[in-house]
Amino acid sequence: MKIQYCDALVVGGGLAGLRVAVATKEKGLSTIVLSLVPVKRSHSAAAQGGMQASLANSVMGYGDNEDVHFADTVKGSDWGCDQEVARMFVTTAPKAIRELAQWGVPWTRISGGPREVVINTERTTIEEADGAHGLINARDFGGTKKWRTCYTSDATGHTMLYGVANRAIRDDVDIRDRKEVLSLIHKGSRCYGAVVRDLVSGELEAYVAKATCIATGGWGRIYRTTTNAVICEGTGQAAALETGIATLGNPEAVQFHPTPIVPSGILLTEGCRGDGGVLRDVDGHRFMPDYEPEKKDLASRDVVSRRMMQHIRAGKGVPSPFGDHLWLDISILGREHIEKHLRDVQEIARIFNGIDPADEGPKGWLPVRPAQHYSMGGIRTKATGESPTLSGLFSCGEAACWDLHGFNRLGGNSVAETVVSGMIVGSYMSEYCMNNEADIDTATIEKFVAEQYDYIGEILSRPVGEENIFAIKQRMKDIMDEKVGIFRDGETLYGAVEELRELLQRSSKAGVRLKSRGANPELCEVYRVPRMLKIAISVAYAAMLRTESRGAHFREDHPERDDLHWLKRTIVKWTDPQSTLPHIGFESLDIMKMEMPPGFRGYGRKGMTVEHPLSRKRQEEVDTLRARMELEGRDRFEIQDALMHFELPENYKEKNERFGVGYE
Amino acid sequence: MSEKEIGKGRTLTFEILKYTPSDPESKPHFATYRLEETPGMTLFIALNMIREEQDPDLSFDFVCRAGICGSCGMMVNGKPLLACRTLTKDYPKGVIRLMPMPAFELLKDLSVNTGRWMNGMSKRVESWIHRSKERDISVLEERVEPEIAERTFELDRCIECGICVASCATALMRHDFVGAVGLNRIARFYVDPHDERSDEDFYELIGDDNGIFGCMALMACEDHCPKKLPLQEKIAFMRRKMASIK
Ligand SMILES: Cc1cc2nc3c(=O)[nH]c(=O)nc-3n(C[C@H](O)[C@H](O)[C@H](O)COP(=O)(O)OP(=O)(O)OC[C@H]3O[C@@H](n4cnc5c(N)ncnc54)[C@H](O)[C@@H]3O)c2cc1C
Ligand code: SF4
Ligand code: FES
Repeated sequence: MKIQYCDALVVGGGLAGLRVAVATKEKGLSTIVLSLVPVKRSHSAAAQGGMQASLANSVMGYGDNEDVHFADTVKGSDWGCDQEVARMFVTTAPKAIRELAQWGVPWTRISGGPREVVINTERTTIEEADGAHGLINARDFGGTKKWRTCYTSDATGHTMLYGVANRAIRDDVDIRDRKEVLSLIHKGSRCYGAVVRDLVSGELEAYVAKATCIATGGWGRIYRTTTNAVICEGTGQAAALETGIATLGNPEAVQFHPTPIVPSGILLTEGCRGDGGVLRDVDGHRFMPDYEPEKKDLASRDVVSRRMMQHIRAGKGVPSPFGDHLWLDISILGREHIEKHLRDVQEIARIFNGIDPADEGPKGWLPVRPAQHYSMGGIRTKATGESPTLSGLFSCGEAACWDLHGFNRLGGNSVAETVVSGMIVGSYMSEYCMNNEADIDTATIEKFVAEQYDYIGEILSRPVGEENIFAIKQRMKDIMDEKVGIFRDGETLYGAVEELRELLQRSSKAGVRLKSRGANPELCEVYRVPRMLKIAISVAYAAMLRTESRGAHFREDHPERDDLHWLKRTIVKWTDPQSTLPHIGFESLDIMKMEMPPGFRGYGRKGMTVEHPLSRKRQEEVDTLRARMELEGRDRFEIQDALMHFELPENYKEKNERFGVGYE
Repeated sequence: MSEKEIGKGRTLTFEILKYTPSDPESKPHFATYRLEETPGMTLFIALNMIREEQDPDLSFDFVCRAGICGSCGMMVNGKPLLACRTLTKDYPKGVIRLMPMPAFELLKDLSVNTGRWMNGMSKRVESWIHRSKERDISVLEERVEPEIAERTFELDRCIECGICVASCATALMRHDFVGAVGLNRIARFYVDPHDERSDEDFYELIGDDNGIFGCMALMACEDHCPKKLPLQEKIAFMRRKMASIK
């Protein structure tokens, strides 16, 4: 048996995993990164639009700071997020982006002087300060009060990923690709690494570590139409779930993006609307202002996606062989802007749909319909990134439920989260490695490897023909699209859970035609699909139990946000490996500790909230304290600290300097 | 639309090279598959259909399926292309022959080890910012001329797909040649004001026949680069710079 020892094991080489690895390696810890694919091909590369950080360099960002970013994030989450984590995040984000600039991310910069932009379909000229010339620029994104989304044209994720990956290569991080984690090695309530399959040779190996971090990205591929890459199958999260000790948080919180292109589901970035593009219906009418007079096309994603589906249901969709869709019109931005700032969008539209979006009028309109995009839920962690139940197991990035996003994530907050949480969790994980040994016996390691070895043997011994794994997978995806989508209701969800459970049972009878332990694509499907089904069941079952609507989770039979009963985080544990259902519990969010107690988001449906009496009480407390401290002449940092204290490692809590205002 | 007319119900013939080098019993051979074309069909869609319905053992690599990640380079009727953004309708004869890209280690069938090659290239050209000291991340970022940031970005768009390498005569002959991708990377750091390396430092890295002087200026790289990087111009520029050092 091959055993590989290291201090820090990082599973996943996207932005989050690589940034963690840089952090642990910097502390002198031996660090190994494992990835299904060469790390620069991770799905982080696909992020187009940008990264939120409250630099406030652009005139459209003046007045922005941590407080404004915090409020946007909490409202966006529909009060489902962990507010302490949100504070940690907004305080570190400006540092993360400045670090990345030094690592070579060529952020788009400000030119001092007049600049033409499109706001509310009108061409307008804004005047950038000469003093801001050469600082990092930002664009508008949904659900934000200020222009805060920093970008490199429309290839932000690509340049960020290359910046961080190149840094990891510089630091000689041991990166191994075409390696798949099958299960986690654990004893008592401590994690010691992972059982890994080499995807070229098929060989099983044990990676034993003091601490293990899962940064395996989203699980969008449990859905049929998704913007996610084909490798986003949630197998890392499933490995955590299958320990029976680590838990998932809020799996039902699934984001649907308003503008994937039809039919391929490839994303057209929110930057399209951020830069001034608009949605139109079958009559060419711009309909979003009818529903959302204030934020219009740039309300938060959950709201825009629902409004679009509502409009399609009202008969205003454009019929097509692939179902009804709406139009995204960016032609109004002009060819020059598109060819400079939205080039990938233009390329995608041209290649996959034969449309040039810079062509004026209906000819350039792009067919779009909401589709699965982001998993707010994931491996539940504490603010340090560590699992509250399985020590030595960390998680960050989209794979985790650190709980920055609650029930809806803001565009641009995700790539920001990957690097910010990478910095923070990487630091806490290093500390853990320095204080703990990998005190595990070989018999236990062998047991975990043997388990996977035998499982694969059992799969290879199955007769062929009884069940087809591709058919089971397809059915799962259809169920998720049709029954666990944007509009949900109890009865349909119940049906979804029942059918998914049946699929899970059937999947254990799927055989493979090629009886080889080596590179064998069908074998991969056969051991992956049951793990995906466990995630799918967790999503559907949690959605069924949550009888309210919050953020992206919308129940037609329970349309109000119910703070009285549901200001809670869903916690999933799969204790019995033989069972087809996990155990689901809930943990309450403490209103009396919130810096910003629940209220109205400022967009979406008004008056649809069952209020919690403590919300008002806490709001009064907050207002009184703030008024008193302001009178005493305290600054915003002192007031914030009094309202809700939070910790950060390293020097990440230092104040951020801003153009024109210094450290105010 | 013509797309629909040609794209409807045609039967496509795929001839795909199958070979598992690690298996002593495996011999390279072409397997033939027939498939009904659907509107807007890409090689990503077609290959997955073949795997699901006809040959569960067929190996190939896709990640983003949107031309962004650089995973899916392969030889399509003799030309290196990103398979995910190659449409079957562009092959009027309906016969598509797929082979793995040369110059890279073959893993299985259409799957090649571009990852290892690119990693080696990254180390070889020291594909990272070189700076003597790091700046405090709480203070205002260093200013960069917008033009320069944009020029850096233009060259940073390379997705390490390896297509320039697979189409390069030098790379096929010389295994240690850094390829257009490596030379472009150098050009990228050359313009980046954050990088403090001098001409001499760059010369150390690429001033030989496996570097800038190995290029025979045939420029198949630029013709095939899916990101349309200005490889010809950048290689010529770097060559002038490097030649002036000698
Ligand atoms: C099309 C698209 C556009 C987006 N645009 C934006 C945007 O503009 N702004 C924004 O903020 N966010 C955006 N997002 C979201 C954001 O890109 C992702 O949430 C984020 O990049 C995820 O990063 P990550 O590091 O967590 O995971 P990923 O980058 O997905 O990396 C996951 C890693 O885990 C590895 N892995 C997975 N499973 C295993 C396993 N079992 N064993 C070993 N390794 C494994 C993979 O190989 C990969 O290296 C976008 C998302 C999509 C889909
Ligand atoms: S230079 Fe072009 S062809 Fe070569 S690896 Fe980069 S993107 Fe691919
Ligand atoms: S699969 Fe990503 S470029 Fe083709």
